[in-house]
Amino acid sequence: MKRLLSLHAWLVFAFLYLPIVVIVALSFNQSRFGVRFTGFTFDWYLRLFSNERILEYLTNTLIVAVVSTLVSTILGTLLAVGLVRYRFRWQSALRYLLYVPVVVPDVVMGISLLLLFDVVRDAIGWPRLSLFTIILAHISFQISYVTLVVRARLMLLDPVLEEAAQDLGATPWRTFREVTLPLIMPGVISGALLAFSLSLDDFVVTFFTAGPGSTTLPLYIYSSVKLGISPEIHALSTLLVGTTILVLLLGNLFWRKRA
Amino acid sequence: MPEAVNPRQHLRRLLVTVGPGALWLVVFVFIPTLIVFVASLMSRGSLGQLVPPLGLHNYIRFFSDPLFIEIIGRSLVIGFWSTLFVVLLGYPLAFYIARSRYKETLLLLVVIPFFTNFLIRIYAWIVVFQKEGLVNGLIVAFGLPPAELLPSTLAVYVATVYTYLPFFVLPLYAAVERIDWSQLEAAYDLGAKPVRAFWEAIFPQTIPGLFAGFLLVFIPAVGTFVIADLLGGGKITLIGNLIQLQFGSAQNWAFGSAASMVLMAMVLLGLWLYARTQGEKGLDRLV
Repeated sequence: MKRLLSLHAWLVFAFLYLPIVVIVALSFNQSRFGVRFTGFTFDWYLRLFSNERILEYLTNTLIVAVVSTLVSTILGTLLAVGLVRYRFRWQSALRYLLYVPVVVPDVVMGISLLLLFDVVRDAIGWPRLSLFTIILAHISFQISYVTLVVRARLMLLDPVLEEAAQDLGATPWRTFREVTLPLIMPGVISGALLAFSLSLDDFVVTFFTAGPGSTTLPLYIYSSVKLGISPEIHALSTLLVGTTILVLLLGNLFWRKRA
Repeated sequence: MPEAVNPRQHLRRLLVTVGPGALWLVVFVFIPTLIVFVASLMSRGSLGQLVPPLGLHNYIRFFSDPLFIEIIGRSLVIGFWSTLFVVLLGYPLAFYIARSRYKETLLLLVVIPFFTNFLIRIYAWIVVFQKEGLVNGLIVAFGLPPAELLPSTLAVYVATVYTYLPFFVLPLYAAVERIDWSQLEAAYDLGAKPVRAFWEAIFPQTIPGLFAGFLLVFIPAVGTFVIADLLGGGKITLIGNLIQLQFGSAQNWAFGSAASMVLMAMVLLGLWLYARTQGEKGLDRLV
């Protein structure tokens, strides 16, 4: 039974890694087509780096991810604090609204924001679809994830600590800054990292809210894949997979050291 | 917070903490949903824009045309079977990881594909399934004629299962970690055989994680348009593809909005059933 379970696990891992290994191997393959390995080359990487537009798409992707993560982390953290610490009218309605971006299919999220931007633009001539609208859209789904992650951390917190600070005469702001925030910081960082990777990865919502001149890396990969496969995309994919693995390993190391 | 705060202070604190986030959610989540609903009642203008008259005509068109009913059916069928395969692959895997000495490393191995860009994961399967790809290489090596695997329903299934497998394994792993194994010993002490002991002592403890994981896979699998678009070659239309088409080349935003409302209603129905069995706590498990 145990051996069956382990055989199953390794087959699933093989399934998970087979396509990734194929892409990495082909990115170093001389032949442009097929899977026969005809020789080792760095050519596709050189071609990729000489493509200046890629750099522009990468910059766009990072601008969107950094700005949207900053805004959503601040808004989400405050929202989590308010939801856990205070009781107010419409609270449960707000909680349900918070789940909407998490559970609604991204295509619906994308078209609803497209419609919103269109309706507002018809009325006041602004905003046109650009990096700005992509950022607004990304914040709209990130905020839920940040709030839920930070809220989970807050609920583990002992309210006595905050009460003690207040009894000692600290203002609410000072209590938040010097007691609450340091204690929930791991949750805030996890939320921010999740928000950042959701933004980097997002294709569907970006697809509906992007305009001319605001191509991001996922949009570029989509349009190239529509045209057919190419070794330059193998190379780009390999670099992105490599970055993912590196970031996850570093993150893992960091958390283990702290623990 | 101390009890003795006057209403004005309370209001000010609420405005500072909940205020900005709540306003954002209302403007960018609630109002857009209302706009989609209103748009679904409107008609298509000569340039594809939204115009009156208002009515239920888009919904009537949707539900009276067998083509669209078929699209809904296909989305549900592909979503259901993909999710079932994900469960078959992921359920034993979560147990294996939780019981392994190297669980942190194995967990990382599940997380890496999860954090790898979605489009790259789809793209990788195009490379594997293409005419001169790996699978056809194997088929030809066995002396058989190469198969037309792209576009195909098989490719859509494989990529859907592949894409959403980590979505299931992670919440289920969390459930397996919380299992109270002493119940298994109790079952053995009472003379239960291994299969029955597992079924009655362990399996029930994984049901919350199983439900959450199922929903986390099923909802995006039903709503996706990218997988069917890239691996089904436009031949396999799911509801997500229909919506994308209406907002894209078909230029019928009103009808696309109605299709979105139908998809949203299906999702909400699923969530409602889930919340009824799992309670509100269950919703937190979805993150």
